[in-house]
Amino acid sequence: MSAVLDPGVAPTPPGPLTELWRDFKRNRGAIIGLAIVIALVLCALLADLIAPYSPSEQYRDATLHAPAWEPVNGHRFLLGTDPVGRDVLSRLIHGTRLSLVIGLVSVGLSLSGGVLLGLLAGFFRGGLEITIMRLMDIMLALPSLLLAVAVVAILGPGLANAMYAIAIVMLPHFVRLTRAAVMGELAKDYVAASRIAGAGTARLMFDTVLPNCAAPLIVQATLGFSAAILDAAALGFLGLGAQPPTPEWGSMLASALEFIQSAWWVVTLPGLAILVSVLAFNLMGDGLRDALDPKLKR
Amino acid sequence: MFSFLLKRFALVIPTFLGITLLVFSLIRLLPGDPVEALSGERGMTDERYQRLLHEFGLDRPLWMQYLEYLWRALHGDLGYSTITHEPVFHEFITRFPATIELSMCAMLMALVIGLPAGIVAALKRNTVLDYSVMGASLTGYSMPIFWWGLLLILTFSVTLGWTPVSGRIAIQYDIPAVTGFMLVDSLLSSDAGAFKSAVSHLILPAIALGTIPLAVIARMTRSSMLEVLREDYVRTARAKGASTLRVVGVHALRNALIPVVTTIGLQVGTLLAGAILTETIFSWPGIGKWLVEAIHRRDYPAVQGGILMSATVIIVVNLVVDMLYGVINPRIRHQ
Repeated sequence: MSAVLDPGVAPTPPGPLTELWRDFKRNRGAIIGLAIVIALVLCALLADLIAPYSPSEQYRDATLHAPAWEPVNGHRFLLGTDPVGRDVLSRLIHGTRLSLVIGLVSVGLSLSGGVLLGLLAGFFRGGLEITIMRLMDIMLALPSLLLAVAVVAILGPGLANAMYAIAIVMLPHFVRLTRAAVMGELAKDYVAASRIAGAGTARLMFDTVLPNCAAPLIVQATLGFSAAILDAAALGFLGLGAQPPTPEWGSMLASALEFIQSAWWVVTLPGLAILVSVLAFNLMGDGLRDALDPKLKR
Repeated sequence: MFSFLLKRFALVIPTFLGITLLVFSLIRLLPGDPVEALSGERGMTDERYQRLLHEFGLDRPLWMQYLEYLWRALHGDLGYSTITHEPVFHEFITRFPATIELSMCAMLMALVIGLPAGIVAALKRNTVLDYSVMGASLTGYSMPIFWWGLLLILTFSVTLGWTPVSGRIAIQYDIPAVTGFMLVDSLLSSDAGAFKSAVSHLILPAIALGTIPLAVIARMTRSSMLEVLREDYVRTARAKGASTLRVVGVHALRNALIPVVTTIGLQVGTLLAGAILTETIFSWPGIGKWLVEAIHRRDYPAVQGGILMSATVIIVVNLVVDMLYGVINPRIRHQ
């Protein structure tokens, strides 16, 4: 800051994004999380290019090959093969795509539904608000996996139903956050000013108030990503989510269970992939929370 | 105090009704007609169909059916399992002690490790110790416990051979079920080998199930402790010349534990949900494993009853925790 400033020009304040980045990068854990997330996204986008084999091709001459660094089966498959001879590395890479899609779809569904219900509850107090919030309390009374299992029991097992189930499970968090943020904003002068200027309810909801409620929602959406990946893997593991031969991490683990004594890699590696991705989104979410909203800091 | 308890109790009723409604609609939303499913391939006459419909009470309006369901559920009648033809309530109750035993041991482990870890992390803030506790806690919080359980089996059962892989006790011990809790029953049988066997079966599942509550409790204790350590009364206690042990143990800890108690209560839900995964991995004969099997066998009365009962347990525990909260924190009663 030693440069001589032109007295006529005030130094421009940093934009909101620059400021966010400056706070975010102070948190080393958050940067590591972000780096892993970027790597996961690249993996998912370029899965067809970087996966050495097809995720469903079965090399029947090479079932349960050990990883390349163990001097057993040679270097043909870097992370070994599964019980029917599919390349574990390729399945993990394609599983990344699946996990991110699961996260994107369920968080997207839950976020849009939750924001809508939260805005309604925040704007129209009274009967509607009580109905919505009571309903959310009932959903919160059940632990997430139990509720997801209940929803899957109704809809039937499968990847799509698992995503709906996870979206329903996460809904109350978004509704409560949105409503709380809306109620905080509604008391402020700029909303009253906009109302006096003649803005209709819909405009007030989506154009005036909603953008100012974004910070906690972004944080919750990031953390929701990790919850979605974890719950989808748990449902897949229980046989209630993605069905084989889909290369989903949880169902990969479940189908390799009987080989736990003979082939450690078919059990260890999918779980490691789940842990690393969940951890990355949690680290990033914590960092975003600290950077976006000092009030939420714990 | 009494009106606080009453108010809190009144809030439970709509939640319970909502859950019965959800569980009741579980059957209604299922595709297929239960009476037609009974008829088999030959089909049935229209007259017989109507009679069966009447017998099951399915010809009455939905709200009447719901009220009847509610009435029966309140009396512990949750219908019969379509696979074993046993009353669902009985099936649940006989398996529940196994889940309670596992959950209590998991929670005990989480508390014994989590509380001191959180306190130490807060006292040694921004040191390597603090960072490692928080790093471990975040990893534990992100852990897919079904995989964590498998890793424990792989290490301690398969490679080292220290603990058995599954079940509650070795098959050579035939322990009469007095309380349903294997640890207690095997102690009562006064066979030291049986007790040892029960303990060795319990350790790994308890670690797997306790990991997430442990991580949450450590994090919560640390942040709550940090907040309390900044309070004026802590500074006053220090200024008076009280020893660090006294300041932390007597002045700070009691107040820091208030939010932690709530967290512990909330973890009961996590434990019951985690039991679904843990029991499946370790073949632990509790309600989690039973529920998953019921879903796979399409035993819908069992699924319904299991979900309703688990939800009820969680609601009751949360109610008790809220009341305890009012007892240890008088400020909340006077809002």
